[in-house]
Parts: sequence; structure tokens; C-alpha cells
Amino acid sequence: MIDIVLLTFLAATAIAVVRHRNLFAVVMLAGIYSLLSAGLFVTLDAVDVAFTEAAVGAGISTVLFLATLALTGPREAVPVRKPYLPMVVVSITGAALIWGTLDMPRFADPQAPIHQHVAPRYIETSPTEIGIPNMVTSVLASYRGYDTFGEVTVIFTAGVGVLALLGIRRKRSSKDAAEKE
Amino acid sequence: MRQTHSDKDYQVLQVVAKLLVPYILLFALYVQFHGDFGPGGGFQAGVIFAAGVILYAMAFGLDKAMSLLSPQVLRPLAALGVLIYGGTGVAGMFLGGHFLDYYVLATPPTAGQHLGIFLVELGVGLTVTCVMLLIFFAFAQRAEQAP
Repeated sequence: MIDIVLLTFLAATAIAVVRHRNLFAVVMLAGIYSLLSAGLFVTLDAVDVAFTEAAVGAGISTVLFLATLALTGPREAVPVRKPYLPMVVVSITGAALIWGTLDMPRFADPQAPIHQHVAPRYIETSPTEIGIPNMVTSVLASYRGYDTFGEVTVIFTAGVGVLALLGIRRKRSSKDAAEKE
Repeated sequence: MRQTHSDKDYQVLQVVAKLLVPYILLFALYVQFHGDFGPGGGFQAGVIFAAGVILYAMAFGLDKAMSLLSPQVLRPLAALGVLIYGGTGVAGMFLGGHFLDYYVLATPPTAGQHLGIFLVELGVGLTVTCVMLLIFFAFAQRAEQAP
């Protein structure tokens, strides 16, 4: 029941995001979209994913978008051409994706291939092998420690990239601006 | 933008932020160090901590937040997080195991796993917090310079 309510709101928010021309409203709606997704993750028992979605999607990325809007202005330009071709491409891709889901195993099916590969071994041996109750942590930090190391490196690289492109001034910016005037 | 408003215009926001920010930061630390038992871990803790500091910056001004956690400090700390992660892996190699092998870090082996996971998550949390804040500072400083 709560899934249906959340998904309905999610769809309504997505349509509103597409239809609005005021980018300030779009950014706020995108934040709401992330918060609703976080709610969906909670109903799926993925609380840690919900943490991330709420903090990054609804919090940090919204603030970054707002900071960008302060530079670009809040109105979206009216497109010159009618977006028929993108509409066709998106419709075909969406139809193909939905067609693809028909072959997928039923939701939460224990016989699904993904639950038969390494998951049973992790579930059976991680309490004695690793000895910590949270299996997600033992998979992320220990069994798949290599992948997580890669992720951290990616985040670090992203930070280096942003700093290389934008940079942070050492002096306080407002003071500089006041001096210029 | 900020010059046209006096501090009083932000009073409600500032009072609410003052109440919320300590709990957000505390919750981030809880998610970080309780990640072995409850949901969460370094990445979640890092973004929650960064979100708390960003709320502080929005309520009290970018300058105050940047003097609290200056980019000069955050930059080496972001690198230190990756170093802690990689260093934990290399330490396992020096103690006779493979890269990122935690069993050799302590006895009994499960204590080694505990220690390894703790250190690795610490590295993740440190890097994520610092990188998120650095990106926010870089963006927000540009926005403040906007006409």
C-alpha cells in the first residue's frame, strides 16, 4: 500500500520535473524525488541506501544545483525544435526495458540466479568467518574490499577533478568583491 | 545576495540549524562506528556528516563553515582517507597475507577482520566527508561571487 502511494508521488514528481520551466522549482522537485526514493528504499529494508539517497540526493546535490543556478539563472530556455525525435527514442528504449523485465525472476524470488551465486556462502559463513552481525558491511569492507577501495579512489578522483576545474580561493571571496567595488 | 539581508532574516533558520546540526553530526558518527552492527558504514556516515556541515554553512554563512573546516585541512584529509584504506591493505601484505587480507592484522582472525573493517570504513568516511565538503565549498564560493 505504502509502495503504491510512494510510487504514485514519485511518478507525479517526475512529470512535474519534466513540465516545469522554472529551474528553481525543478531543483526542489528533484530533491523531493530523492526523498521519496529514500522512503522506497526504507520499505525495501535497504536503510543504508536510504541514508545515502536522502543525504546525497535530497541534500548535497540539491545544494550543488542551487549553487549552480545562482550562476546560470533560474529560467530554462524554450527549445527551438519540438522534441519529437527524443520522445520516440525514449519511448522505444522504455518499451524495450519493460519487455526485458518480463524475463526477470519474480521480485524477491529465492530461486533467482542472483541469490544462488555467492550469496548463500556469504550468509552461511560470514558470522563465523568475519564475526560481525551486519552482513552488508562484511561484504562491502571485507569480501569485496577491493571494489570498495576502487569506489573510494573514484570519489577522491572526483574531488580532485572538481578542485582542478573550479578551485577554492584561499582568501574570503566577499572581502575581495567588496574591495573591487 | 547575502549583503541585502541582515542576520535577523535568518534567525529562524539559524535557531533550527543550531538545534539540528549537533545531532546530525552525532548521528553520522554513530552510523560510522556502529556500521558493524547496524545499517550504515563509512560512505553513509561521510555524506551525513557533510550534509550537517552544509546545513551549518547555509544557516551561518560560507565563511564561518570554511574557517571551521578549512579547505587547506580538508584536502590532505581526503587523501589520508584513501591512504588509510590502501595502507590497511598493504599492512596485511607486510604481515604475510594478501592485499586487503585482514586475518593477519590481529589474533584471533575475527579480531583482525574487526580491525581491518574498522580502519577501512574510517578511511572511506574520511575521504567521503572531505571530498563532499570540498566540492560544496568550490560550488558555493562560485555562487557567492555571482552578480
